[in-house]
Amino acid sequence: MTTSALRAADAKDAPGTSDSGSGSGSGRAARLRLELRAVHALVHRDLLRLAGQRVHTALLLLHPVLYLLVLGGGLAALIPRSSLGVDYRTYLFPGMLMMTVQTPAVMVGIRLITDRESGYLRELLMAPVGRSTLLLGKCAGGTLAATVQGAVLLGLAGVVGLPYDPLLLATLLAGMVLASFTITALALALAVTLRRAETFHTLLGVVMMPLLFLSGGFFPLDALPGWAGTLAGANPLAYAVDLLRRCVAHHVPGGHGTPGIAWAGRQPPLLLEAALLLTSGVLALLWAARRFSRPE
Amino acid sequence: MQSSTGDKGPTRTPRAPEPVHAVSTRGLVKSYPGPRGTTTHAVRGLDLDVPQGETFAFLGPNGAGKSTTIALLCALARPTSGHATVAGADVLARPHLVRRHVGMLFQHSTLDADLTAEQNLRIHARLYGLPRRQARLRTTEVLETAGLTDRRRSPVRTLSGGMRRRLEIARALLHSPRVLFLDEPTTGLDPHARAEVWDQLRALRDRHGNTLFVTTHYLEEAENCDRIGIIDHGRLVAQGTPLALKAAIGDDRVVLRTSDDPTAHGVVCGIAPQDRAVTADTDGISLRVPDGSAWIPRFCTALERAGIAVHTASASRPTLDDVFFHHTGRSLHTAGGGR
Repeated sequence: MTTSALRAADAKDAPGTSDSGSGSGSGRAARLRLELRAVHALVHRDLLRLAGQRVHTALLLLHPVLYLLVLGGGLAALIPRSSLGVDYRTYLFPGMLMMTVQTPAVMVGIRLITDRESGYLRELLMAPVGRSTLLLGKCAGGTLAATVQGAVLLGLAGVVGLPYDPLLLATLLAGMVLASFTITALALALAVTLRRAETFHTLLGVVMMPLLFLSGGFFPLDALPGWAGTLAGANPLAYAVDLLRRCVAHHVPGGHGTPGIAWAGRQPPLLLEAALLLTSGVLALLWAARRFSRPE
Repeated sequence: MQSSTGDKGPTRTPRAPEPVHAVSTRGLVKSYPGPRGTTTHAVRGLDLDVPQGETFAFLGPNGAGKSTTIALLCALARPTSGHATVAGADVLARPHLVRRHVGMLFQHSTLDADLTAEQNLRIHARLYGLPRRQARLRTTEVLETAGLTDRRRSPVRTLSGGMRRRLEIARALLHSPRVLFLDEPTTGLDPHARAEVWDQLRALRDRHGNTLFVTTHYLEEAENCDRIGIIDHGRLVAQGTPLALKAAIGDDRVVLRTSDDPTAHGVVCGIAPQDRAVTADTDGISLRVPDGSAWIPRFCTALERAGIAVHTASASRPTLDDVFFHHTGRSLHTAGGGR
C-alpha cells in the first residue's frame, strides 16, 4: 500500500513512470525491479557506512548503555521496587531501546541534508528511478541501521533482569523496527523541508530532550502534571516506549504495574498503538516523498 | 552571424529507430520566478543538434545558462517550454529513460567521501539497476580505464583531486551511457591532472565513440573539441567547428605599442577603415582588420611621421577568445569565466 501510494505521489514528477510500464505487465515488473535495486543501493550504502565508521557506531551504542548502567544503576538503589513494580533498570530498558534506535534513525534526516550540501544528492537524483524511491530507500536504510543497533542492545536484556526468551526478543525486535521506521520517516519529513544541517541540529537540541522526558522512558507518565501528560499523548516516542514496555510486561512479574499512555484515563489497546505509530510513519513518509518529488 | 556547419541535419521523424542526434533541442526555454514577481530567464530558446559520437564544447561565461541547459538535458529540471531529445528519448515524456542512457559529471564532486572508490561504484551500479554480475564486471573495467585499480579500496577522502575526478568520470561511465555530460570537468585541477582527465576523455571518444557534451571556459580545451557552441545570456550565439568559427571572423588583430599611446590612438583612427573600433588600453592600441600584417607598415609610417616611436607591432590570426569577444562583446577571461 505504501509503495503504490508513493508511486502516485511520484507520478506528478515523472510522467515516465507511468508511460514506461504502460500496457505490458512485464514492463511494469522490470520497472519495479529497477526501483527495488535502487532501494537496495541506498540500504547498502547505509550499512556500509555503519560498518565503515566503527568508532562512531560504537559511541552511538555506548550512549544508551551508559544511561542504563550509570543512571539505571544509581537510581535503582533510590527507587523502591514497590513504586514501579519492577527494578528501575528493567523499567528503564524499553526507553533505552527506543533511544538506541532513535539516534541512528534521526541521523538519516541529517544525512539527507548533508548529502544535499556535499552534492551527493545530485548523484542520487540522476539515477533513473523515481524520487519517491530514493526517499523510500533512505527510509529503509535508516530503519535497518537503527534496528541493527537496537538488536545489539538487546544483548543486555539479561543485565536488567529480563529472560532471553526468543518470543520476548522477537517482539521487542518487531517493536524496534516499527519505532525505527516511524522515527526515520518523521526525521525525513523534517529533513526535506530544511536546507541546512545546522538548523536540523539546533531543532533536535531543542526538541529532543522534552520528547525523551515526555516519552515515559525515564519515569511513568502519570507522575507528570496533567498538561504534560496530555502532551505525551501526542508524542510518537511515548507510543514507541509504551509498545516496547508492554512487550516486556508480559515476561516480568509486576510489569503491569506501570501505566503508560492514557486516553481519558484508559490505556489504548496494544494493536491500536502499533497502528497509530505505523500510520504516522506512513503519512510522514508520503508527505516527505511528495515534497521531495516536487519538480524544480 | 551564425557560422554553423552541418546543422542542416535531416528533420527528425518522431519515431526514428536510430537517432542521428545524441542531443537535439528545439526552442528550449527555462525560466525561474525571480524576486518580486519578476522572471529570470536562464535559457531562452535553445536550438541545438549534437550528432552521435561528437565531442561538443559548450562555451560561455558563468551564469550564461550552461549548467541549467545540462540540467534540462539530463531531465533533472523541467523546461518551461520547448522540447529536447537526448539519447533518443524525450526529456519530458521519458525522463527515466533519458537518465538511464546519459552519464553526468557535475561541476563539483558528488562522491561519498566516506566510502571507498569501489563502494562508490557499486552503489552507482545498483542505483542504475545493473545486475550484480555485470556491476562487478563493469566496476573492474572502469577502475582499470581510470587507472585506479590499485586504489580501489582507498576511502575517497584519501584520493587526490585528479584521482577523484577520474573516479567520477569512471562512475559516470559505469552504466555505459550513450551521451556523457561533463560540467567543467577540469575546474580546480592542476595542469597535469587536467591533461590526465583529457587523456581519459579522448580515449573514450576514440575507443567507444561516446558522445561528449562538455562545458568549459578553458579555451585550449574547447579548441580540441569537434564543435563549439557559444552561449551567452541563455542564447546560443554561434556554433561550428573551432576552425570555422575563427574563419568566420576573418579579421586579424593588430596590436601596437608606442611611446605615446593616446596620440597614436588618434593617428591610427585617422587611417584605419572607418567602421573599425580602435581601443587603447594598458596592452597598447588594438584593432581588427583584414590582412593585418599588411596594415602594420602603413601604421608605422603614419606614426613616425607624427613623431611617435613604435616599440612593438604585431598581427595575429583570430583566436577562440576573439571569436567569443566577437559574439558576446566580452572576453572570456574578463567575463567572469574564471572561478
